[in-house]
Amino acid sequence: MKIIDARGLSCPEPVILLRQEMASGEHAYQILVDNHASKENTARYAEHQGYHVQVEEQDGEYTLTFTK
Amino acid sequence: MTLRHEKAIIIAAGCIIGALASLLVYLGNPSNMGFCIACFLRDISGALGLHSAANVQYIRPEIIGLVLGSFLLAVFRKEFGAKGGSSPLTRFVLGMFVMVGCLMFLGCPFRMILRLAGGDWNALFGLAGFVCGILVGVFFLNRGYSLHRSYRLPRTEGVLFPALMAALLVLLLGAPALLRFTEAGGGPGAQHAAVIVSLAAGLAVGALAQYTRLCMVGGIRDMILFRESKLLLGFAAVFASALVCNLILTAVTAGTYFNPGFTGQAVAHTDGIWNFLGMLLAGYGCVLLGGCPLRQLVLSGEGNTDSAITVLGLMAGAAMAHNFGLASSGEGPTANGKIAVVIGLVVVTAIACLGTFGTKRK
Repeated sequence: MKIIDARGLSCPEPVILLRQEMASGEHAYQILVDNHASKENTARYAEHQGYHVQVEEQDGEYTLTFTK
Repeated sequence: MTLRHEKAIIIAAGCIIGALASLLVYLGNPSNMGFCIACFLRDISGALGLHSAANVQYIRPEIIGLVLGSFLLAVFRKEFGAKGGSSPLTRFVLGMFVMVGCLMFLGCPFRMILRLAGGDWNALFGLAGFVCGILVGVFFLNRGYSLHRSYRLPRTEGVLFPALMAALLVLLLGAPALLRFTEAGGGPGAQHAAVIVSLAAGLAVGALAQYTRLCMVGGIRDMILFRESKLLLGFAAVFASALVCNLILTAVTAGTYFNPGFTGQAVAHTDGIWNFLGMLLAGYGCVLLGGCPLRQLVLSGEGNTDSAITVLGLMAGAAMAHNFGLASSGEGPTANGKIAVVIGLVVVTAIACLGTFGTKRK
């Protein structure tokens, strides 16, 4: 599974990173973000691409796992 | 919350914000200037004596309200968090030149919408330039442009900017003799709604913008980048609501709040090329900053010190614009202003190139 560290990046960089990685067409990705806007935006993008989204929060940081 | 739900909420918020903007003009603000982040920060710079343009000096409570409204709601929603360290000085410089672009056009992206809603068709040139600026910024975003990551900071860092805004309010109410104010009839700085009304409107819009993440740049940017329409719907709702309210106010009051045409517009000029280039610079710089001036205020209320630095850059840019004769007036742009916009486009492009090709993402 590809892991993308997008913590601390401002909008829309996390989504752009995710889009670039998703171009490889793998079945699972994980992205780390540290704010609500990035969490919502990356989750929405992944859902649009047909991925199932799972979110875990720990200490103000989010780990989103996208699977097909 | 589903996307459909989010879209309904941002449309409703945009309608409220547009109506408040229209009402603020009825209650005393300059024409088509219910809100203008660039103009209002410029007025605050003047009131603090950072520039001496006597016609634009006032502590605008709307700005204080926007930051505090965002701050209070962010704390309530547990979204407040101090962070910073993402190329702060680069952001300061970008903020300065975004202001130079805004003062060439005479308005931030928010006022651009309000000018259109008031029938000022000069803003169409601004809108065209704004979209082109966003397209150029998106070109770099797609190639990996980044100002690098921010880091968590002690909570005090995040609270300081909202505290500074509260201090401005204390100065305005408690020690106005320390400040500079435009004399009655002396220009846009003297036209304002009552302090409590402006503050309340700012608080409401700040909270709504925090909740919906409304951003005038983000709407067009996300549509181009991801075909995502949520933020653009907010942008469109502000326009539609302000337009309808302006038409209603024109019909039911003695004033004119919708005055279609190019000439005779308040706090505006008719030089299409420089209206275009001013907003091109503003849109370009705002994409590199990650949000419009309104969004920077809202983020600074959420504890983002990079955005707070950007706001300080906007204020410094306003002071520079008036001290060096860069700001346009109703008579048109100045020669110095044209040179500054060209320099701004060069500097912003250099920052974009260095942020894209100069260093690897960390």
